Amino acid sequence: MAVPEITESYTGSVNRLTLGATSQSGGTRATTVVVGGAANVVYGGSDTQAGERPVIAIDVLDSRPNDWPEYLSEPYKDVLDSPAAWAKKCVDEFGAEIICLKFDGIHPEKGDKGADHAVSVTREVLEAVGVPLILWGCGNDEKDNQIMPKVSEAAKGENCLIGTVTEGNYKSLTAIALADGHNLITEAPLDINIGKQVNILAADMGFPLEKIVTFQDTGALGYGVEYSYSIQERQRLAALSGDKMMAMPVICDVGHEAWRAKEAKSEDAPDWGRADKRGPMWEAATAICLLQAGADILRMRHPKAISTVKDFINELW
Amino acid sequence: MALTGLEIFKLLPKSNCKKCGKPTCLAFAMALAQKKAKLEECPEASEEAKSALAEASAPPISLVKFGTGDNEVHIGQETVMFRHEEKFYNPTVIAVSISDKLADDALKERIDAVNSLQFERVGTHLQVGAVAVINDSGSPDTFASAAGTVKKASPLAMILVSESPDALGAATAKVADVRPLLASAASDTAEAVAKIGKENNCPVVAQADSVEGLAELTGKIKAAGVEEIVLSLKARSLKDELYGLSRIRAAALKKTFRPLGYPTVSFVLDGNGEAQAAKGISLICKYSSIVVVESVERHAILPMLTAVMNIFTDPQKPVQVEAKVYRVGEPGSDSPILMTTNFSLTYYTVESDAEASRVPCYILVVDTEGTSVLTAYSGDKLNEKIVAEAMKKNEVDGLVRHHKLIIPGYVAVMSGKLEEETGWEIAVGPRESSMLPKYLQEVA
Repeated sequence: MAVPEITESYTGSVNRLTLGATSQSGGTRATTVVVGGAANVVYGGSDTQAGERPVIAIDVLDSRPNDWPEYLSEPYKDVLDSPAAWAKKCVDEFGAEIICLKFDGIHPEKGDKGADHAVSVTREVLEAVGVPLILWGCGNDEKDNQIMPKVSEAAKGENCLIGTVTEGNYKSLTAIALADGHNLITEAPLDINIGKQVNILAADMGFPLEKIVTFQDTGALGYGVEYSYSIQERQRLAALSGDKMMAMPVICDVGHEAWRAKEAKSEDAPDWGRADKRGPMWEAATAICLLQAGADILRMRHPKAISTVKDFINELW
Repeated sequence: MALTGLEIFKLLPKSNCKKCGKPTCLAFAMALAQKKAKLEECPEASEEAKSALAEASAPPISLVKFGTGDNEVHIGQETVMFRHEEKFYNPTVIAVSISDKLADDALKERIDAVNSLQFERVGTHLQVGAVAVINDSGSPDTFASAAGTVKKASPLAMILVSESPDALGAATAKVADVRPLLASAASDTAEAVAKIGKENNCPVVAQADSVEGLAELTGKIKAAGVEEIVLSLKARSLKDELYGLSRIRAAALKKTFRPLGYPTVSFVLDGNGEAQAAKGISLICKYSSIVVVESVERHAILPMLTAVMNIFTDPQKPVQVEAKVYRVGEPGSDSPILMTTNFSLTYYTVESDAEASRVPCYILVVDTEGTSVLTAYSGDKLNEKIVAEAMKKNEVDGLVRHHKLIIPGYVAVMSGKLEEETGWEIAVGPRESSMLPKYLQEVA
């Protein structure tokens, strides 16, 4: 029986954005990654409108994390003190297509390390791996403003993705990312209007819209994932309706958020299933959920979670 | 799709007789369109008008029920493509398969395993909603006997899964009183399976390998007298199934295409627990009303049930936790006591960070109608009187000796008034909950 055609009058699409620069484009990356490009809602229309395959960026911390649950740190136990070896392991063993270098160690409460440290970690990781990098600050405005511009400079020409900038703190990082030719992450706290506002602020400084990725804060499964989910869906619909200020690819911080959940980290909760499997499962489940709402880049941590999500992505895209 | 006022007007007598209480038929039609009047109020309405209006007001995706009593499940009746447009209504049912190749102790063990898939998390009880008995044996007798055993040993709603009308008939004869869902009717078995459904008042699954095939098949089943139908798209891949489910939902909602206006069921019976959970969650989000899985691993089932809970939450209503005093670890009379709001996200963030500090403490949750700290403060749902009231009601005086309350950094401004109101010492905690571990370790 003939089924009525569903024709949507979408006029826009999600921007396509390339991460990383090879030697031809003035960088030293062996590979580049293209994200975004969706011209329909998730599973809407045909798969030719699905855009680029979502991609997983594996987290590497600039300093040894002291609050990771044992089941999470176990696969990395031999490399936690060396970001370069850590990044290499992610690429060689866990198939990372992007490394997200997270500078927790520069936070005043978490080590308060300085620019020399951050710059040398950046250089080491750039040397150790050939994939594109995400360079992500610590969340403390003062320290980020002081150190992330130097990190940006150290990776100049590599076409990294750097962030984050917020409504209250965007000027210095936006300016330096522009000068060094990087892509920029704009962040808003689960508020679509503020999200758009930060994009406008960055654009007003001359930052190209097509080099922005948005981060709308991520909630873990069971801890607010539905808020991120609906904001992402609304953002996708806005992009499809032609809103240029909302047409950016979306990044989610899955690993960090999922491993804060009790279901992931409690060792003593047999009713929730095996402790060694719960964490990776919770992380994978959070990622899968966000993929249904149009996530383009997933920041993840546990190799088992990554492999579950990769299998899923490969089946769907 | 709902009719407009003018479309309804065309169906009315246009006599302006005023018997409905409205001055004109047009005014009455407008009231009908806005659901402020009922057609019964018009004594002159024709049969044609009645049936047209009934048809138009039927939900675009119909409601299907199976199982009985407390374990009856409701699926369908969804109204939107995206949860933010309104909400998703009837939560996806997670069902677990039981093969009829299992016998005796193995069968009982499997049933027990399925029954035990119940969980407590964040104060909520979650559980799988149905069992799917699968006719792997190919034998109608074995299938019927397994269904009979499952009925005795499990209170859960039942899905009977077989391609053979004979097997479905034999099993239904044993368990018709618990109203199983019969899966499935295909194009060559539609009449036979629909007959079993009609005679036993059981809903029927229509299964086809294309969306077009499903649309055709539901017509046949309906014509045979079964109103409650569930769609199963037997796709070549998960990808085809998800695209198909989106197409079905859109055709039903945007085109009011009745042949596809039914709830759906998906089967995820391959792969390890993690892979099943991953696929299951995608199907939960994207329009499956029932997801049947094979895994009984608790770590795989809990995230699926949690995803259902999250996705089917009403986006207009903030999720709240009970306003009371919560204990983190085993606090004593010298332990710190923190105050926060009853918006569940706020509370669970604070709780998680307090736990991470490893400092036993109390958390006093104040009822702010489910709003976060800043929102509550600016909306005057969090002020010194409300906090003082909550402290009194929860008798915090008796909990701790020190009479010092830690309040969120974002409402530092209320500390003076709160001190006056309660006589307690007010300490201002960090603005961000993530700084709590450090803060608590320092004050403790």
